[in-house]
Amino acid sequence: MLYLQILLNGLLLGGLYACIAVGFSLVWGVLNVINILHGSFVVLGSYIAYFAWFHLGLHPFFSVAIAGSALFALGYLVQKGLINRVMGAPVLTTLVLTFGLELLLNNSILLAFSADYRSVRLENPFGSVEVANLIVPLERLLAMILALGLTALLFVILSKSRIGRAIVAVRMDREAAALMGVNVPRIYAITFGLGAMMAGAAGSLLALVFPISPLNSTEFLGIAFVVCVLGGLGSVAGAMVGGLALGVIESFGALFIGPEHGLTIAFVLLILLLVFKPTGIMGRKGYE
Amino acid sequence: MSELLRITGLSRRFGGLTALDDVDMTLSPGEVVGLIGPNGAGKTTLVNVVTGVFAPSAGTVTFNGARIDGLKPHRIARLGLARTYQIVQPFPEMTVLQNVMAPATFAANAPDIAAAQGKAMEALEFVGLGDAAKARASELTLAGRKRLELAKSLAMDPKVLMLDEVNAGLNPAEIDVALDLIRQVAARGVTILIIEHLMKVVMNLCERIVVLHHGAKIAEGTTSDITRDRNVIEAYLGNRYARAEAERMGIAHV
Amino acid sequence: MNRHALPITLGAAAVALVACLPLLGDNYLLRLGTMGAMYCVLALSWNVIGGYAGYPSFATAAFFGLGAYTGAILQGQGVPMPVAWAVASVVAALFAAALGMLILHLKGHYFAIASLVVAEVLLEIATSWTSLTGGGMGLNLPIIRIPVDAQARLFFWSMLVFAALALLMNYAVKASRLGFGLQCIRQNEDASAMVGVDTTLYKVIGFTLSAVLVGGAGALYASWVFYIEPPDVFSVLTSVKPVVMALLGGAGTVLGPVIGAILFLAMEEIVWRNLLQVHAAALGIIIVILIFFLPNGLLGLIRQGDRKAAKAPSLSLRRKAT
Repeated sequence: MLYLQILLNGLLLGGLYACIAVGFSLVWGVLNVINILHGSFVVLGSYIAYFAWFHLGLHPFFSVAIAGSALFALGYLVQKGLINRVMGAPVLTTLVLTFGLELLLNNSILLAFSADYRSVRLENPFGSVEVANLIVPLERLLAMILALGLTALLFVILSKSRIGRAIVAVRMDREAAALMGVNVPRIYAITFGLGAMMAGAAGSLLALVFPISPLNSTEFLGIAFVVCVLGGLGSVAGAMVGGLALGVIESFGALFIGPEHGLTIAFVLLILLLVFKPTGIMGRKGYE
Repeated sequence: MSELLRITGLSRRFGGLTALDDVDMTLSPGEVVGLIGPNGAGKTTLVNVVTGVFAPSAGTVTFNGARIDGLKPHRIARLGLARTYQIVQPFPEMTVLQNVMAPATFAANAPDIAAAQGKAMEALEFVGLGDAAKARASELTLAGRKRLELAKSLAMDPKVLMLDEVNAGLNPAEIDVALDLIRQVAARGVTILIIEHLMKVVMNLCERIVVLHHGAKIAEGTTSDITRDRNVIEAYLGNRYARAEAERMGIAHV
Repeated sequence: MNRHALPITLGAAAVALVACLPLLGDNYLLRLGTMGAMYCVLALSWNVIGGYAGYPSFATAAFFGLGAYTGAILQGQGVPMPVAWAVASVVAALFAAALGMLILHLKGHYFAIASLVVAEVLLEIATSWTSLTGGGMGLNLPIIRIPVDAQARLFFWSMLVFAALALLMNYAVKASRLGFGLQCIRQNEDASAMVGVDTTLYKVIGFTLSAVLVGGAGALYASWVFYIEPPDVFSVLTSVKPVVMALLGGAGTVLGPVIGAILFLAMEEIVWRNLLQVHAAALGIIIVILIFFLPNGLLGLIRQGDRKAAKAPSLSLRRKAT
């Protein structure tokens, strides 16, 4: 029974992880940019949810839309104004650039909101229900469902909309897409915006679960890395599977090794995967 | 053993796709052999397996009497098996001379920098790039880069040279120059395998031609054997044309 | 034409140093000097794998922290300081060789991430293995029984020796087959193998060279500051700063990382002292400016002025003959 409960906790956490990682994975896959800013984008989404709750009494579930739109705009501008200028440059350039931007953004968040941990305390939480001796915290369950729903929404956007098809075309063959009339820099900016949007949405949902602080950004970035390597790069389904897998692994790792080692387990796993199975558990190619 | 290179039962699969299927082939010293086949026939895969880029799924490659399949590319290169790439692969930030010094240094194991430079210069003069030695490789025209590829492989002191579509993208005048160069290389005693999907290029260079189709060898023989081979015509032009051609020839014979 | 560049630069550097000697009574300057020398070691070491071979390594913190802990633990056991530094160098080099064999088949971002994460894992190990490392409480080093001034000078000159070794290593690599091979690998790895470069061996050697002096510098740092803790010596910034320094001066050149390290130190001192609250943001802005306005580093900028830029790489090769 204990194991079932832990499996459940892991899945609840994993849904949120999938939502954190899917935008990161999209940007990496389409733009070949590792967005070091991603963790801070998530944190920013959490703060938006926090202040919407604090000042307006808005439930974080509703802030998802606000945080998502705000982060989309920020991401779009960052890509259009800065990263687009170095898209052809070697890996190191974009990596170092987003790292520099991350230092700037995270430091700004720190100055604006301080390092103190804040949290959303709802007046009327939904509480939890017991199903077959399993305790199911309803808020978390809903957060996970919303997270997976948003991830699925991204999938629909990518596969059904005109913009989404253009993004997929750019991912497959940039030159060919450009020849077919796709405005590649604009698609880059939109893709990066969508990645940031997912980060912001994930951040809103996380406001219910984790204390909020700028110091969390590294952890979220680490989670995004591991989920991408676990699930394979650039696919929404991969991010979902990788996120759920990481959540479960972390929950059991916390039980057997200790809760403080959650991220370490994930990192060790990441190195082992890169070394021995650089195609992800979904078996997608693209690591070498 | 009179063969320099012997390929036996060579296969290579990528997942479910069989890119090379049980291919047998030999090269004798001093020969100029053509390897042809439609696009996607497995020609470049064959070169990649022989030069160690991919390990074979089955079969063996013997060079100078010793097994070389499964060796790493740099070892095979050092043994004297050189190749040029279909898509030219210069070191873009280096000068033309430095590009050719690389194989002279590493594959031909030049004892010092002066020797490597001398060998590189000789190869560049041979292909007619002597004047461009100081230019950056990225500044060359396509024809120039193709010649640079040839110079790079010549600086390796190759025993066998595999030329992967050296003529692709060149205009007829440039092709004539390239063919002339290849003849000169052959005259030095280098064994050459020319990979082409254009038949007419290999016709006037090669004594013997091997045809690949869907990864398998479908024909081998002299130029005139090959042009009359029904399988080859089918592979290149499809069934209907082959039948029509056969009928036409049949009528002509009557 | 640039045949005399090496002796002239080294000579100038030596003269400058001697000129600085009277100033070295000042402990602040000594501290800066030691820091500058350490940055030179880190940037020059990274240059071997990141600059010449073009592999975006973020493993510097792993090598640095490993060296620091090796040195600290050995000194705690009573091993003499110089021996501890030497052993730390060897341990870091062996670690890099083993790690390199595991992760150097990865390319681009994947290599960058794998190398970055190694330091995080070592950090966790150092934090958890309390019996050996003191865990999160950190580790104190034995007190050296010489005057404070003499200590400051000792550590400055020792670090300077490491920096000089790193500089010599860069010259040696650049002038050797190894350096030529690594530059081939940076520009086209597959084609390198095809012209006979043993790419795996060369990359592992390059990665090992990028670790050996960093490990020693880590141990020296531990001796210098007397106290180390995991987040200090395994900091992500230790991996990132050398990259920024090398890019600032010009990656893949011998003197670029030195220029970058000194400039970086100067900026760090000016910005950090005046803007304590926003020093991370300031570093971020420096990085962004660097990427947009100095993509090839300062040396690249100077070369651009010289329209015979194409000849620049050939100089290093010609130097090989001499």
